[in-house]
Amino acid sequence: MRKIPAVMITDTVAELCARANIILRQDVLVLLRSARKKEKNGLAAAALDAVLENARAAAAERTPLCQDTGLPYVFLEIGQGVLITGLRLDAAVNNGVKRGYAYASCRESVVSHPLSRSGSSYAPAVIHTDIVPGSRVRVTVFPKGFGSENKTALKMFRPTESVDEIVNYVVTCAAEAGADACPPYIIGCGIGGGADTACLLAKKSLLRDVRRRSPDRLLHKMEKEILRKVNRLNIGPMGLGGRCTALAVNIEASPTHIAGLPVAVNISCHALRSASAVI
Amino acid sequence: MRKLITPLTKEKIAGLKAGEQVLLSGIIYTARDQAHKLIAAALSKGRKPPVELSSCVIYYCGPSGTPEGKVIGSCGPTTSSRMDAFAPLLLEAGVSAMIGKGGRSEEVVRAIKRRKAVYFTTYAGCGALLARTVRKAEVVAYPHLGPEAVYRLEVEDFPLVVAIDSSGRKLKGF
Repeated sequence: MRKIPAVMITDTVAELCARANIILRQDVLVLLRSARKKEKNGLAAAALDAVLENARAAAAERTPLCQDTGLPYVFLEIGQGVLITGLRLDAAVNNGVKRGYAYASCRESVVSHPLSRSGSSYAPAVIHTDIVPGSRVRVTVFPKGFGSENKTALKMFRPTESVDEIVNYVVTCAAEAGADACPPYIIGCGIGGGADTACLLAKKSLLRDVRRRSPDRLLHKMEKEILRKVNRLNIGPMGLGGRCTALAVNIEASPTHIAGLPVAVNISCHALRSASAVI
Repeated sequence: MRKLITPLTKEKIAGLKAGEQVLLSGIIYTARDQAHKLIAAALSKGRKPPVELSSCVIYYCGPSGTPEGKVIGSCGPTTSSRMDAFAPLLLEAGVSAMIGKGGRSEEVVRAIKRRKAVYFTTYAGCGALLARTVRKAEVVAYPHLGPEAVYRLEVEDFPLVVAIDSSGRKLKGF
């Protein structure tokens, strides 16, 4: 058994929170630059220039990329051979979130009760744990902005539904998000499992390198087809028109029941932020 | 690109056309969900709102924390449609311009036309960049709301695009 003190989890989460909120992911940056080169619409090009300049400004001034520093999601892949000692795991994670968010001058966007809306603070984070083979812990911090989270959709399709119908559903979700959720989007999609599985897969799909398509041939084809159709919607960066409404579509799938076909869509704004480390 | 200075009078607004780029300097006030709820409640009870709304520019924004030595933290726009239920009331009370991101309801478009107001969009998700245009920032109402408090911002060349003009014409997608 490899022992890992909980304080190491805290330190790692703190560092990742600051990094994720300030430094734009390299894969996202590459797609943004390539979109800027292709953009011919003047207003859209100016908006993409602003997005690229914003990434430089955030990194140079150690300021969060966006004032919405998100609902912090923390994904932990914990090796079966690891024993975490000391503080409770959730407390260790939330201590790290508070420290990292304070260090990066983030916003206290979390309210402790969804109805009374009281007590805004940095934490608690939404924590997902997976037990995996090995003796390491992989920590991923994903601050999810709520302008885009509010556009999340779930549909329980009939199992006999065609792939085209699913493609069109995802395109419609992007069309309905319109300019509200900070396009150009990265569209996360989860297919299969139960309703909860599909939603979680859609969120996790956003953690995959946005330049890489799914290794599954059918999903790969769907990702390309959805992207092609979404980029014909003429919503464009900030809703100012043009050919870049989405940068990428990431789909993840899971086994499901013979009676069902859940499809979840979780959109990310252009400021897709996450950071990972292995302990 | 047109440069404008607050207050945004009806005359200044009347010349703006949907799709036009503007650099705004002067005073703007932040207000988002909870501040709108409180301002609307004050107005509907006939009480005085916490800031003078006549010719006022409202910015849908809740900034992140202010780093040491800085005027303000990241301060981009939030989704405007969440304020749609309150916007007509604020426009009737004299608000002349709104800044946010995303589309507005038909009711808001009608209220903009009726009151000869304007809806601007700015670079969403670019809070670090927009912070560079803020010269001064202070909380002037509802400090208990934290990031949702009303801030008075003094801005210089804040970049905007006219999304809905005073005749009700709008950019596709807004």
